[in-house]
Amino acid sequence: MSELGLEDRVRFEQFVLPHVDAAFNLARWLLRGRTDAEDVAQEALLRACRFFRGFHGENARAWLLQIVRNTCYTWLEKNRPLELSMEFDEELHLQPCATPETLAIAGDDRKHLILALETLPPRFREVLVLRELEGCSYKEIAAITSIPIGTVMSSLSRARRQLYSALAHKEVVREV
Amino acid sequence: MRCDFADSLLQGYFDGELSAAGSAEFERHLDHCGPCAAELVDLDLLHDSLQLAQLYELASPSLQRKIKARLRPVVPTTAAPQPLFWHWLAAAAALLLVAIVLWRVSSGLRNDDYKGELAGELVEAHMRSLQNGHVNGVASEDEHVVKGWFDGKVKFAIPVRDFANQGFTLKGGHLDDIEGRSVAVLVYERNGRPINVFIWRTREPDTSARTGSRQDFQWVDWRKGKLEFCAVSDADRVDLERLHQLINSSA
Repeated sequence: MSELGLEDRVRFEQFVLPHVDAAFNLARWLLRGRTDAEDVAQEALLRACRFFRGFHGENARAWLLQIVRNTCYTWLEKNRPLELSMEFDEELHLQPCATPETLAIAGDDRKHLILALETLPPRFREVLVLRELEGCSYKEIAAITSIPIGTVMSSLSRARRQLYSALAHKEVVREV
Repeated sequence: MRCDFADSLLQGYFDGELSAAGSAEFERHLDHCGPCAAELVDLDLLHDSLQLAQLYELASPSLQRKIKARLRPVVPTTAAPQPLFWHWLAAAAALLLVAIVLWRVSSGLRNDDYKGELAGELVEAHMRSLQNGHVNGVASEDEHVVKGWFDGKVKFAIPVRDFANQGFTLKGGHLDDIEGRSVAVLVYERNGRPINVFIWRTREPDTSARTGSRQDFQWVDWRKGKLEFCAVSDADRVDLERLHQLINSSA
């Protein structure tokens, strides 16, 4: 990283470093674990630093998250290729907590949500994390994930329905 | 039965992504679309639950520190976790340098191209680390921490293993740049003596261990799986050969 000149380094610290948490959070949800996320977020930050001289935009967060997202996918392709080929299975995904085992494990809303979120295919998970946790606009999400805004909306809709059904299903069980 | 707008306009309306006119129009739609009105309530509930669950995970302070440290490679490492360790490592490196210089002088050089080249590279690396007054590295006995530190810094996978049970305690690692290539260095300790294992990428086929010694300084070199390893120390040569076996059988 020493190849950045002093001026670029100051700019990098000023514009990019405030988004280390955002980088980590996205990696954590895409990779479903803190340990791998630490490594991949760090790698992404180093890549960001290498590419930084080519960045002249205004939205450093979206620019960084795009690099984080690509680094995560590269990592997944290499380490867990099956996960990327996961399709959205309407039946499976709209009842993610249906078995007594998973319900016993997932005792509260938070655990239900985590379980539901982690069982979403990565392409739906990332859109939900970027919108609901990171508060990105559709335009930012489209830029980060390289998908059209229409697909952002439909992916978001399906991801939300799955998560909502995870919560609602638990309510039903509680009443029984 | 879901409305055709549920996957598009409803989401946009909920997320405040519609224009003022678009929002007003969608509100008129909501007045007579039961499914959309019901789903809007679900979206609100889910949003609140997600906020309550606090799923946003912050980066650890160590990640922040690591990145900042990489940004400012020339800042003295006064905040290093174990300054004593680096002090000790620098002393070991100095000892190594003296040993190599003595070896080169006394052996009349170039009795073996490989040894001469390796010695030259090691001398340079250690002179640099001595001149800089600090080493760019990680001090940890946790193999995951050490491995994590190397990730993204070198373009090859380093077999980082702690062999404390066998008497070789992992103490950390650092990086050296030798003739433009990245060399990873794992630091072990054996009976209080430091052992540096230099690791770099090679295209050469695997070899068994080659050993050598000059003065009180021993080295064992071998190649495995497109990596070349060279363990150097003033420890007993038997110890280095044992470490070579441990690393080879775990790699």
